[in-house]
Amino acid sequence: MAHSTVAVLERHLSLYRRLFWASALSSFVLPVLFLVSIGIGVGGYVGELGGVSYLQWIVPGVMASTAFQMAIGETTYPVLGDFKWSRGYHAMRATPVRIGDMVAGQVLFMVVRVLPQTVVFLLVVVAFGGLRSWWSVVTPLVCAAVVVASALPVMGFSARIDNDGYFALLFRFVMIPMTLFSGVFFPVAQLPVVAQWLAWVSPLWHGVELCRAATLGVAPPWPIWAHLSCLVAWTVAGGWFAMRGFARRLAV
Amino acid sequence: MAEEPLIVARGLVKRFGEFTAVDGIDVSVERGEAFGFLGPNGAGKSSTMRMISCVSPPTAGELRILGLDPVRDGVAIRGRLGVCPQLGNLDTDLSVFENLTTYARYFGLSRAEARRRAGELLEFVQLADRAKGKVEPLSGGMKQRLTIARALVNDPEIVLLDEPTTGLDPQARHLLWERLYQLKRQGVTLVLTTHYMDEAEQLCDRLVVMDGGRIVAEGSPRDLIGRYSTPEVVELRFSGGGDVAGKLDGVGERVDALPDRVLVYARDGDAAVAEVHRRGLAPLSVLVRRSTLEDVFLHLTGRTLVD
Repeated sequence: MAHSTVAVLERHLSLYRRLFWASALSSFVLPVLFLVSIGIGVGGYVGELGGVSYLQWIVPGVMASTAFQMAIGETTYPVLGDFKWSRGYHAMRATPVRIGDMVAGQVLFMVVRVLPQTVVFLLVVVAFGGLRSWWSVVTPLVCAAVVVASALPVMGFSARIDNDGYFALLFRFVMIPMTLFSGVFFPVAQLPVVAQWLAWVSPLWHGVELCRAATLGVAPPWPIWAHLSCLVAWTVAGGWFAMRGFARRLAV
Repeated sequence: MAEEPLIVARGLVKRFGEFTAVDGIDVSVERGEAFGFLGPNGAGKSSTMRMISCVSPPTAGELRILGLDPVRDGVAIRGRLGVCPQLGNLDTDLSVFENLTTYARYFGLSRAEARRRAGELLEFVQLADRAKGKVEPLSGGMKQRLTIARALVNDPEIVLLDEPTTGLDPQARHLLWERLYQLKRQGVTLVLTTHYMDEAEQLCDRLVVMDGGRIVAEGSPRDLIGRYSTPEVVELRFSGGGDVAGKLDGVGERVDALPDRVLVYARDGDAAVAEVHRRGLAPLSVLVRRSTLEDVFLHLTGRTLVD
């Protein structure tokens, strides 16, 4: 059981090895460019936010949203492709690998990716004086939780569509708004209350706030258990949605 | 003590909504046999194969594979099967070698064992020199051989091949047949679907002919030809239309008029040709050949297999 999950993880790692340098650019270098331009450039005009420099304020946001975007990227075209083009899931289906192994192995791959990615980011940011608390060391785990909570529902979505045109809708109406309005660049308290509700539903907002509490060494807006519960709720519901989607698509 | 057959189906049915793909078939496959499902596209062969490979649950009827229930014990059964699907699903972004090792890991082989097995199997399918290469540039026949190697990675008791040579050129087909024949000699049970008569005749000890989701005949290739056809067939082509078939009445044992030619089934082909000439008919071309499963199929269903 666990063995088959590891076998699926290994397949994704083998595939990833070919893309490592290309993807390293977007996972490590882009967030740093972001920090320099927005954190230092825009931050120069913004000054301080909540008693800390703007750079320090957006570090956790950029970290969590990079993880979030990686999760979306890895669960859209790659998942549809393994159903439709390479038929990799069909190949697994003919072996002792179960649906749960397919889903868990692929999510595990994303976790394996996000952990070192976040650690490297932390090391770079420390050089810029972007961290204020030793609690920062828990942020890789928070980012992993964001990845799991956002990857699973999107896997369920990708398992149910036949046309990649739906991804454009997902990117425009879910991913980009979520990135913009989940407290990455400014506090959601500045939004109208209705928009705040949407942020509260988003797994990204909870991840951003937990990361921010950790890097600044302050308490998050909600109790920690409440933020974690929302991420767990997305994980459980998303896991169910993904497993059902996979099972239906492969049962013909 | 007689061993239970590896595959037993009784009244097996597969429906997709209103459409009945497999309509109550009885099949049993013994260990060491090469068993074929022969039939045109849409006969229900692939649906049957998917049920046997435990990826598609039967709608009704009984199915037992290796003495186990495919719905309840799917994981255990799949671990002992090797599957060559009709639609290719090799990992085109992995190397030839990695395709085998990755797949071996799905069956729980250790990494070292997976590498050893991959090396052996690439030798067996004559692709050892392509081990490090990508999958994409391989020819159709090479990809199919790689798929067969992949299906053998867990040392399966039954190998399921869904139209293994469809779309391959004759040379590639013969190489593949030769490898499958080797497997058969090693005692591996082969179950294959095909719409090629020559393939069924070459490889199968026993086969069923399927049409419209049902089994219309069962036996060895020789047996079926003996039962449903004559030893020889004369193919005649005539210019123009007209009721040529009527004038051939009584020549041979049976006459079938196809759109482009007339088939005369006879015990002695040359004698039938002599009779045609004696009646003053002048066909454009005459071909006397041995009877094949194609003729069996035509006789059973009134249609040709490959259009």
